[in-house]
Amino acid sequence: MGILEVKDVNKRFGGLKALSEVNLSVRENSVHAIIGPNGAGKSTLLNCLVGKLIPDTGSVLFDGQSVLGRKPFEINQMGISRVFQTPEIFGDLTVMENMMIPLFARRDGSFRLHAIRSVRAERALVERAEQMLTDVKMIDKRSMHAASMSRGDKRRLEMAMCLVQEPRLLLLDEPTAGMARADTNNTIDLLKEIKESRNITMAIIEHDMHVVFSLADRITVLAQGTPLVEDTPANIKGHPKVREAYLGEHA
Amino acid sequence: MFGLGKKDLSLFLIVVGLALFAPFLLNPFPTGSSLAQFNAGYPDLMQRFVIFGIFAIGFNLLFGLTGYLSFGHAAFLGMGSYAAVWMFKLLSMNVIPAILLSMVVAGLFAVVIGYVSLRRSGIYFSILTLAFAQMSYNLAYSVLTPITNGETGLQITLNDPRIFGVSATADGGIPVTNLFGLEMRSATTLDIAGWSFSFSAGYYLCAIMMILAFYLAIRIFRSPFGLMLRAIKSNQHRLNYTGLNARPYTLAVFVISGMYAGLAGGLLASMDPLAGPERMQWTASGEVVLMTILGGAGTLIGPVLGAGFIKYFENIFSKINDGVLHSWFAFLPDGIENLVVGLIHPFVGKGWHLTLGLMFMLVVIFLPGGLVEGGQRIGRLMRRRKKPAQDPRKPSPNPAE
Repeated sequence: MGILEVKDVNKRFGGLKALSEVNLSVRENSVHAIIGPNGAGKSTLLNCLVGKLIPDTGSVLFDGQSVLGRKPFEINQMGISRVFQTPEIFGDLTVMENMMIPLFARRDGSFRLHAIRSVRAERALVERAEQMLTDVKMIDKRSMHAASMSRGDKRRLEMAMCLVQEPRLLLLDEPTAGMARADTNNTIDLLKEIKESRNITMAIIEHDMHVVFSLADRITVLAQGTPLVEDTPANIKGHPKVREAYLGEHA
Repeated sequence: MFGLGKKDLSLFLIVVGLALFAPFLLNPFPTGSSLAQFNAGYPDLMQRFVIFGIFAIGFNLLFGLTGYLSFGHAAFLGMGSYAAVWMFKLLSMNVIPAILLSMVVAGLFAVVIGYVSLRRSGIYFSILTLAFAQMSYNLAYSVLTPITNGETGLQITLNDPRIFGVSATADGGIPVTNLFGLEMRSATTLDIAGWSFSFSAGYYLCAIMMILAFYLAIRIFRSPFGLMLRAIKSNQHRLNYTGLNARPYTLAVFVISGMYAGLAGGLLASMDPLAGPERMQWTASGEVVLMTILGGAGTLIGPVLGAGFIKYFENIFSKINDGVLHSWFAFLPDGIENLVVGLIHPFVGKGWHLTLGLMFMLVVIFLPGGLVEGGQRIGRLMRRRKKPAQDPRKPSPNPAE
């Protein structure tokens, strides 16, 4: 049984059937990629996992608990962190401040009126933030304004903000979308590093095959709202159905 | 010291110094001189400086940190004043219970108004708060007359019960506000070689309150709570996906900010025990927005500067009438004198709003960070002047060709 279990999920937008009978299981300590052509329902599926959308029928269980109907902050508190297509960071704050917020969220929960002690006095958390910044090679940028950084650095920071929470599941929504080749390769390297250095469970929604095949342990191919196959990258590459539905366009 | 960083501590000490020595600093001109009318060091005005400073500091906690622009904050100020006057009527003329109740009442109303208004953000939030404030104003003006005494305003009278005090003094007068016997209006005057400095008990009570309010604001700015508030302004979306619930944070700061306004209202009533509905009007709410933006929203000292600036203009510029102008320009030939006076006339006296409006426009256009940004730019300019050769990035003024 996986840490994330998606069972018989259906979602309809008016006449459009965005997801039909989706079943998916993400195993602990593995990287699971969900791929598919445009309009396959990848983003809809992701939004069902993080509380932004509620499926019409079916269930989404995280560690045995349903995530349906919970707000995004509650789902994060269950242990799911999310990286967005365009990096979502706190642009007006410094890199270090960006790192402190997820740490406070993990320690203090979704709300705590912590109004007197200064942020700098939280030595233990500051150290953890610094350690994480060192790990992602951003420690020299710690007092930089987050908005003034390059897109690649913003992605790196967003990733670090998610990782510092030690999530039980990290969701990545097309982490390399719209990136230059060099930035894409950097991101892949970063993800590989993360995969090798920590026991982490990741679910990646991706369009770019290059990214997926070099990272994933298992791949689910979505087409027109239904999973076609779920298998290892090697088997997916050679699968005739997948070639037809997806790779055919490129091959 | 005081749990503040080095920079914050020096800023705090500057504010403490300014507040405590205001009677000197605001009276730079000898009493007899023609410039004496620019002196602002009299108790009435100094009290207003610090009270509106408190109001603006509190408003800035909400607006400066979270970006939620409340357009109805004067409602809390007015409620604070009414609560304080009722304490003077019912309990005693001691200001402590009055100030405490004014904060509690403003806080309770802030919970209700904030709970409803914070369901929306941006312009809708502003409109909701404005609607609540105008409702409060109109209720105070008409329907709630038994509590607010309507248009006339709530005043203390000889018939008030004042169960822990006296209804009337021994000589039949209305008792005055005091702090355990120290009368708020009592003042000592110090005359030194033509200067006259006045120290009033009421001013120092307000100044101490302002110092405490400022200190608490610094702590909030630097705390994890303050960090979350700035994060709300920066990216609420990311905040939600980081496991934080923005609603209780915004509500908490709304209530804190409302209590600051209540404290300001309570102090206003403690200095002069009356409360009228005009304190809640939308113009009063707009004024605190102006103060904060003029001084520098989101900065620590900005709101205090802005409050002082606007109150100075309101009270000093408005007093320059045509008679004063004529006396200034008497040395000019008659025709030119009249022309000059005629040109300046719309900007002073009753026209002081025009000057304030122009200054506000200039600040917003050229100094979006308010007066604080102006100060920072001047500081940077001075530093660059001091050591021009040491900055290698700066191109030399005469490039070799």
